[in-house]
Amino acid sequence: MLIDRYTLWQKIGIYVSIALFMTYILLPFAEMFRTSLSPMSRLFSTPYQLWGDNFSFKAYSDMWVKVPLLGRYIWNSIYIASMVTLITMIFVIPAAYAYARLEFPFKTASLGIFLSINMFTGAVLLIPLYRVMHTLGLLNTYWAMIVPGAAFLIPTGIWLLRGYLEKIPRELEEAAFVDGAGRLYTLRRVVLPLAMPGLIVVATSVYIGAYAQQYLFAITFNQVAELQPLPAGLNQFIGYQSVEWNQMMAAALTGVTPVMIVFLFLQKYLVAGLTAGAVKE
Amino acid sequence: MTDILATQSLAKKARRKGLSERAFAWALITPALVFIAVIVAWPLLETIRLSFTDADLGGENWVGLANYEKMLAGTKFFEIVGRTFFWMVLSVGLKLVVGLIGATLLNAAVPGRALFRMLIMPPWVIPIAIGCIGWLWLYNGQFGFLSGMSQRLGLIDGPFEVLAYKRSAFYAAIVTDVWVGTPMVSLFFLAAMQGVSRDLYEAAWVDGAGRWYRFRRITIPQIMPVIVSMALLSAIWTFNSFEIIWIFTQGGPRGGTTTMIIDAYKTAIGNFHFGEGSARAVAIVVILGAFSLMYLQVLDRVNKHYGVK
Repeated sequence: MLIDRYTLWQKIGIYVSIALFMTYILLPFAEMFRTSLSPMSRLFSTPYQLWGDNFSFKAYSDMWVKVPLLGRYIWNSIYIASMVTLITMIFVIPAAYAYARLEFPFKTASLGIFLSINMFTGAVLLIPLYRVMHTLGLLNTYWAMIVPGAAFLIPTGIWLLRGYLEKIPRELEEAAFVDGAGRLYTLRRVVLPLAMPGLIVVATSVYIGAYAQQYLFAITFNQVAELQPLPAGLNQFIGYQSVEWNQMMAAALTGVTPVMIVFLFLQKYLVAGLTAGAVKE
Repeated sequence: MTDILATQSLAKKARRKGLSERAFAWALITPALVFIAVIVAWPLLETIRLSFTDADLGGENWVGLANYEKMLAGTKFFEIVGRTFFWMVLSVGLKLVVGLIGATLLNAAVPGRALFRMLIMPPWVIPIAIGCIGWLWLYNGQFGFLSGMSQRLGLIDGPFEVLAYKRSAFYAAIVTDVWVGTPMVSLFFLAAMQGVSRDLYEAAWVDGAGRWYRFRRITIPQIMPVIVSMALLSAIWTFNSFEIIWIFTQGGPRGGTTTMIIDAYKTAIGNFHFGEGSARAVAIVVILGAFSLMYLQVLDRVNKHYGVK
């Protein structure tokens, strides 16, 4: 359309700005990749050389030998984030439905309590949280990382999903009631299928939160090497004598690539879902 | 009309057959409430209790307000509070500005935008600790990109250890914090921009309004509710931003990057002064709570001003 047409200079301006913006976003990844290709001797040579001729993918094979559990760490990260997402959604869906549809005493107050959870992070509550984990017997298990992760993601999940559920026409539920369907049946068979796009957006953002923030709980509540997620496991490249930077970068990039690829492609649905949620009626 | 009324009353009857609405609602939210109570509310109450004790590895005794008196004595605590607010305002401000610019660029109707929209995801979706490793290496004075390239370009004479000086370490952490936070802000703004009705733009365009005018008078007011709610969420997260500073400097050099959360963590976990650390944690909650309440008042006014219910 004519309204979308840019002059040549506007186009150049847009692309230059995008290039600058993308440089900021991607520079650390480029540097990590460059580092992963460099032999250790080159990394620690001065003056700085951006590109060398002795680049190799050797670190990508050496890293599995240096840290034998690397594959396990990569998997643990994905597993923990998946379990956090699953558990969070199990708690979020019924609660979000109640806040979107039903009237009950202390509705606003209890929603306020949920939302104020956002003000605390694990780092503030670590000591008592450690004791709770100890009492529940969860220390040094996957649950020690899954349970607190989920607790801190539930409030935002409820808040986000409530927005989507409010948009589903009530008439459909009324119709189901008229046909004699019970409340739970209606929630499961009528509301949830209709809310699918919203559920995907909420689950995606929960997963991102769970995947991005598993470092602190892992280093505090878990001492078992086999259970560590990737960010904590990478510490093993830090030796007493030296840090195997190239292997560490290679491992970090290899570890996040599967998840990153999934999210690159989910991005379109995420923006579409957020748009649907942002439009108030 | 009568049909509709009949259907509605039927529906009501049908609903009454089952649980009452109240009981059903509580049945739905109780699991989440209990979960939160055990994992967040209980530790929070414990934190408050511990803040009145001298708890450490050995045991605990009631000491009344001693921890708070100790915390408030001198100027150090107030310095840290000031630094934390400076950190939050600067970082959130940058996230909003860069996020808005980014969203505008990604919303421009140019070829390749689908690709650019994908490429801003990585800083958000990877573990923060892993992003930090990349930045750590960029900031390395001897062998890192920033110092190395600056030397080759003749901007500086010798190696510059970005994280070794108070000022540069603080701003380096800000740059990384903004890097982590911007993609999410951008995507939310982008989503909001796409929700703005095209009719508004076309009407303004027909009237001869330029791009800048349309951006200022249509886009910004239309997405304002998203901007202000994003600002609050972002402010709370940024205030409590922990991993970046901890991995970079652990609050150093000489306390130059110590924010309230770092101070609380260091006192409690680093030095095993659980009581004193708890008092600092309580201070965070009180200050953030007061800030959020004030902000929500402002939010209310902004929403009224822009006609959002």
